[in-house]
Amino acid sequence: MADNYDVIVIGAGPAGYPAAIRAGQHKLKAAIIDEWKNRDGTSAFGGTCLNAGCIPSKALLESSELYHKAQVEFAVHGIGVSDISLDLATMQKRRANIVKTMTGGITALLKGAGVTGLQGHGKLLSGRRVEYTALDGTKKELTAKHIVLASGSVPTPLKSAPIDGKYIVDSWGALEFDAVPKRLGVIGAGVIGLELGSVWKRLGAEVVILETLEQFLAIADHQLAKEALRQFKKQGLDIRLGAKVAGASIDNGAVNVKYADASGEHAVTVDKLVVAIGRRPFTQGLLGDGTGVQLDERGFIQVDHECRTGAEGVWAVGDAVRGPMLAHKGKEEGLMVADLIAGQFSEVNYKVIPSVVYTAPEIAWVGQSEEQVKAGGKPYKLGVCPFMANGRARAMEAPAGFVKIVADAQTDEILGVHIIGPMAGELIAEAVLAMEYSASSEDLQRTVHAHPTLSEALHEAALVADRKAIDTINR
Amino acid sequence: MSIEVRVPQLPESVADATLVTWHKRPGDAVSRDENLVDLETDKVVLEVPAPTAGVLREIKVGNGTTVTSGQILAILEEGAAQAPAAVARAEPAVRKQKEEAGAAKLAPSARRIVEEQKIDPGSISGSGRDGRITKTDVVSHLAAQAAAPAPAASPAADNMKKPAAPVHPLKAAVRGSRAEQRVPMTRLRARIAERMVQAQASQAMLTSFNEVDLKAVMELRTRYKDKFEKQHGAKLGFMSFFVKASIEALRKFPAVNASIEGNDIVYHEYYDIGVAVSTDRGLLVPVLRDADALSFADIEKSIAGFAAKARDGSITIEDITGGTFTITNGGVFGSLMSTPIINTPQSAILGMHKIQERPMVVDGAIVARPMMYLALTYDHRIIDGREAVQFLVGVKETLEDPARLLLQL
Repeated sequence: MADNYDVIVIGAGPAGYPAAIRAGQHKLKAAIIDEWKNRDGTSAFGGTCLNAGCIPSKALLESSELYHKAQVEFAVHGIGVSDISLDLATMQKRRANIVKTMTGGITALLKGAGVTGLQGHGKLLSGRRVEYTALDGTKKELTAKHIVLASGSVPTPLKSAPIDGKYIVDSWGALEFDAVPKRLGVIGAGVIGLELGSVWKRLGAEVVILETLEQFLAIADHQLAKEALRQFKKQGLDIRLGAKVAGASIDNGAVNVKYADASGEHAVTVDKLVVAIGRRPFTQGLLGDGTGVQLDERGFIQVDHECRTGAEGVWAVGDAVRGPMLAHKGKEEGLMVADLIAGQFSEVNYKVIPSVVYTAPEIAWVGQSEEQVKAGGKPYKLGVCPFMANGRARAMEAPAGFVKIVADAQTDEILGVHIIGPMAGELIAEAVLAMEYSASSEDLQRTVHAHPTLSEALHEAALVADRKAIDTINR
Repeated sequence: MSIEVRVPQLPESVADATLVTWHKRPGDAVSRDENLVDLETDKVVLEVPAPTAGVLREIKVGNGTTVTSGQILAILEEGAAQAPAAVARAEPAVRKQKEEAGAAKLAPSARRIVEEQKIDPGSISGSGRDGRITKTDVVSHLAAQAAAPAPAASPAADNMKKPAAPVHPLKAAVRGSRAEQRVPMTRLRARIAERMVQAQASQAMLTSFNEVDLKAVMELRTRYKDKFEKQHGAKLGFMSFFVKASIEALRKFPAVNASIEGNDIVYHEYYDIGVAVSTDRGLLVPVLRDADALSFADIEKSIAGFAAKARDGSITIEDITGGTFTITNGGVFGSLMSTPIINTPQSAILGMHKIQERPMVVDGAIVARPMMYLALTYDHRIIDGREAVQFLVGVKETLEDPARLLLQL
């Protein structure tokens, strides 16, 4: 193992490993240090995303949705099934195998790009040095021309409901239950809380979600959030808004959660409680003395628009820095930094980063909400196309939801696209591309969309904006 | 195999260069030694040839960027075998691109409005990615036009009419609209400007004048020019006479061939005569090394060679570095008299001018003689007035009686 590198990346999550691989592609001598440990003590690259977040949750969402469909939807297709049983152990094994395959893939990709993968702890020292502590405890000092900090984030703890790993768990713990809880409590109705709640609801749990804010999914367009809440309530998710958790105590193998809302104080008893109130940047043990790297008041590493920190040659990307805590945002930042280090021009367009909630129906959006556009003062127009009008959605038995386009009334430029419905996370990609090219809704109208597809809903929504829709009532 | 194309080693006096323009695009096939890109330094334009045949894969540095010695410019994929295929593939793509260039730059919605309103897309600036014209751009363009010369009398019906607006700034200038064109100085011109001011600031420059009767030289030329050309393959011009005459005078007044370095006067015991050549890039002064050892034919051939090189931009830095004395000729442009600027760090410069028939008094009679004014701008710090004047007199006397060159008088 060499001591001197062109680039050292600390953290091999979705922001760190792309940075390292791109550096390798630029023929730079790169190393990546990562300290992720799975529950069984094994090390793996990929960070939270691959091991305890994005990937495992999508695996369970898929499995649980199939289980759910088998029970409620197959009949209308004329498919008779009896004795549908759930073997959670097998479902979890599938999840674990997918994670293992993906993380193994990262190891192979890093190797293929000529990056030295080091498992252990990396600590930034002053003067472009990194103290690497291997798994066996031996310390070694490495030097590099550039150091990229990609230490990611961890679930934000809640003082009134401390994690014990058995009854009260965080999002990682909620992915690894070995039995379906009879009653599941979730604190936080954000993206993670909704996804986890959906998984266990479909697998048979009674789910209560306590959200401290009065407004549901405040980060999304109001019309979108309203429809989402309606759909989730229909599915039986008990979402309680304006509920501030006061405390959680363990009694007789169950969790008693006390909370207060506008109507007074309440309590609810659940078998397992998931704390999903958000994530916060993780920089513990990362920064030595006198490195010159500053943190802001919320603990994020301070960087400029090119992800440079205050220290010469030190960069920071991903969840550890400002901006939406999304894997794809971290990835783009990682790639940008690697390209900049190699002397090329690169930038991240923060204005067109999509957000996705992988519930069913799926929710996705990019750009400004109707409320944000309204607040900006510019006159705007809307185009909404419900999936009920879409042939493909009907054939898929997924007619719920809509596509909503917000465009500038004068120039017709697309300002925001909001989708709730089947494959929203995939459909949003067209909107992101359109907005990257400053497209107008007329451009979407004049682009051919295959029939019958879900993407036609975007086409129709664009037409509705100008009252020219064919297969939708213009309203 | 991938090969890195790098900036060639720049000469010591040159810190960096500007990448002027790429002649090849990624995907283009290149043959060995084919010029890939032009780099401009303070003095010359360098070409960067392809080290092998192959396909240009990736351009690392764009037009207008400053580069240094050894910097990577591009990646070349070696392989002659690939080249023909790459050429075949690249050409149709390039042709297609050119055909669609107009259409591709317009978003579909923008295209519609442009067609309907009969707008010239060239008059709209694109704010979209890669300069694409978006619907917003077209709408704003129409709004700006409608707003501009709107006569209060005409009603709303006229708001879609395209008013006559000046499209090109130069065209507008012709109509006397007092437009200005701001053009940044090329690197070469900026450097020339800098050196000129430097010369003025550091030297005690003044100019002494004299005149020379070129009848004898012209008679010599008329008598021998054909024979000269046949024998030596070069035209017998005036320059060789002037160079030789200057060298004779420099021998007598070594201070004129010297330069100041710090607190020292350096007397050069060799004669490197710079001959100023005017190019459209600016003034270049290639140097005739050890001109005292060169024959008339050598001098004429070298000068002709430099002139050709200067015209097609292939003069090298070595060609124009150094020099102990410079001769400049404003006469070709019609200048009768001038005060040339010294080519630092030299100490003097001889200015030749237009040969004009003037009435002179010779042996009491008035005759028409082909006269040329000579100017010597000199650095008074090391050349005193007497030396400067006598230097010029020496040049004049040698030219008026060319036999003196033969006898080194």
